[in-house]
Amino acid sequence: MSANTVLYDHPGPRARVRNAVLTVIFGVALAGLLWWVYAKFDQAGQWEGALWQPFTEGATWTQFILPGLRQTLFAALTGMVLSLAFGIIFAVGRLSERRWISIPAGAVVEFFRAVPLLLMIFFIFYGVPFLIQAPVPAFWAVVAGLTLYNGSVLAEAFRAGIRSVPGGQAEAAYAVGLRKSQVMRLILIPQAARAMLPVIVSQLVVLLKDTALGYIVAFPELMQRGVNDLAANRGNIVAAAIVAAAIYIVINSLLSALASWLDQRSQRRGFRAQRRIATGANPAGGIAVVEPQG
Amino acid sequence: MHVFADPTNFDAYLSSFFWILKLTGASAVLALVLGVLLAAMRVSPVPVLRGFGAAWVNTFRNTPLTLVIFFCFFGLYSTLGLSLADDLDLNNFWLGVIGLSAYTAAFVCEALRSGVNTVPAGQAEAARAIGLTFAQTLRIVVLPQATRSVVAPLGSILIALCKNATIVGTIGLMESSNVMKDLINSNGDAVIPIFLVFAGTFAAFLIPTGYFFGWLANRLAVKR
Repeated sequence: MSANTVLYDHPGPRARVRNAVLTVIFGVALAGLLWWVYAKFDQAGQWEGALWQPFTEGATWTQFILPGLRQTLFAALTGMVLSLAFGIIFAVGRLSERRWISIPAGAVVEFFRAVPLLLMIFFIFYGVPFLIQAPVPAFWAVVAGLTLYNGSVLAEAFRAGIRSVPGGQAEAAYAVGLRKSQVMRLILIPQAARAMLPVIVSQLVVLLKDTALGYIVAFPELMQRGVNDLAANRGNIVAAAIVAAAIYIVINSLLSALASWLDQRSQRRGFRAQRRIATGANPAGGIAVVEPQG
Repeated sequence: MHVFADPTNFDAYLSSFFWILKLTGASAVLALVLGVLLAAMRVSPVPVLRGFGAAWVNTFRNTPLTLVIFFCFFGLYSTLGLSLADDLDLNNFWLGVIGLSAYTAAFVCEALRSGVNTVPAGQAEAARAIGLTFAQTLRIVVLPQATRSVVAPLGSILIALCKNATIVGTIGLMESSNVMKDLINSNGDAVIPIFLVFAGTFAAFLIPTGYFFGWLANRLAVKR
């Protein structure tokens, strides 16, 4: 706990006793709180076996949860690939020296970062069919929304990454005769991308969580299948929501652990430039993407 | 623009953003209070509290907000019978506020905690070496530096909170996304203007807010 080294000295005998007393007091208080929650659920009959029993049946998993999870992961992966492409294109565009490229690219990125994802999904799902005279599948409405939003966030992250590669790198590349596109492609982007890897993985967590918005436009992802449809059949909405939340938490915790492992690895290898990016992109330090989107 | 010339539509538009504003305001206050408490728990010397803070953060940071809001309505309200107001809209509003603040508090907590972590350990060591007490170290040395470095992350959390408020529409509150959906469905000939007005309203408020927090953070930054 690095926080403790800043805030506290090593505890002496008196502090240890005080901490032990506080531990007991708060331990009892927390146990009371948990018991109260348990009792509330019990009162509402939420611990009855009939509500939890569906999760021991294979059909619940093969018909509801796993197909939903597959759609969730598929939408998240498609969205991630497209967001990365969108992010790189617009980051490079915004760094362009030609103003007729950089200004529109900047405007697009700023706009899509400021508009709620749900608004975009609704526009694509309900509005675009009027324009193209054909229905838009819920999958593409979700993926397009995710791409525009997360792509814009990644574009900003990439831009910060490219700009924090030491200036000497680009100068040296120009000096050996590379063209501008080659400098970007061969020198700047690879170094920026490597340093931004933890940020990209953390963004994947955001993206995965945002696929749950698909539930609102009836896209059959984990929340739609595993919570809504399952509960419609078995009447166990609270139990289903808790199980689905647990699945999301496990997957996202694994991704977060991967992100911090990548971050620590780049730190250990001593990529000086990269550390500067990580702190520059997120002044609070660490890899936490403090952008709590849906 | 003929859609918004109709007073009924214009009122719906105004009231939808008024809901967003109220959701953002109420949740921001609650999330800040809860986030400070959680952050205090996470850096406290008491293991039980640290565990509770960590569990809260890991639960809410990794669960989709849509599911959190869904649970507030179907779990807290429909199943457990938690009713917060007689008026249906007001009840949904407060259920939304509970969900939004529980979720956002996890991010506030993490921002504050990493803010404390940006203060170099040497600062506190030096403070203790010249004989400051724990309270003095915190008040004079650690917190002033920590608060400056959390301005930018708290700013982006506020902006995200405002955008996330649209998700409360899931449980039937007529906020901006639901009103936009209805207007689009009844005015198929003006889809693009409708989207631009709604999206533009968010952009007009949130882009300047983002720049303001960026400017403020830069101004307050501790030069190390």
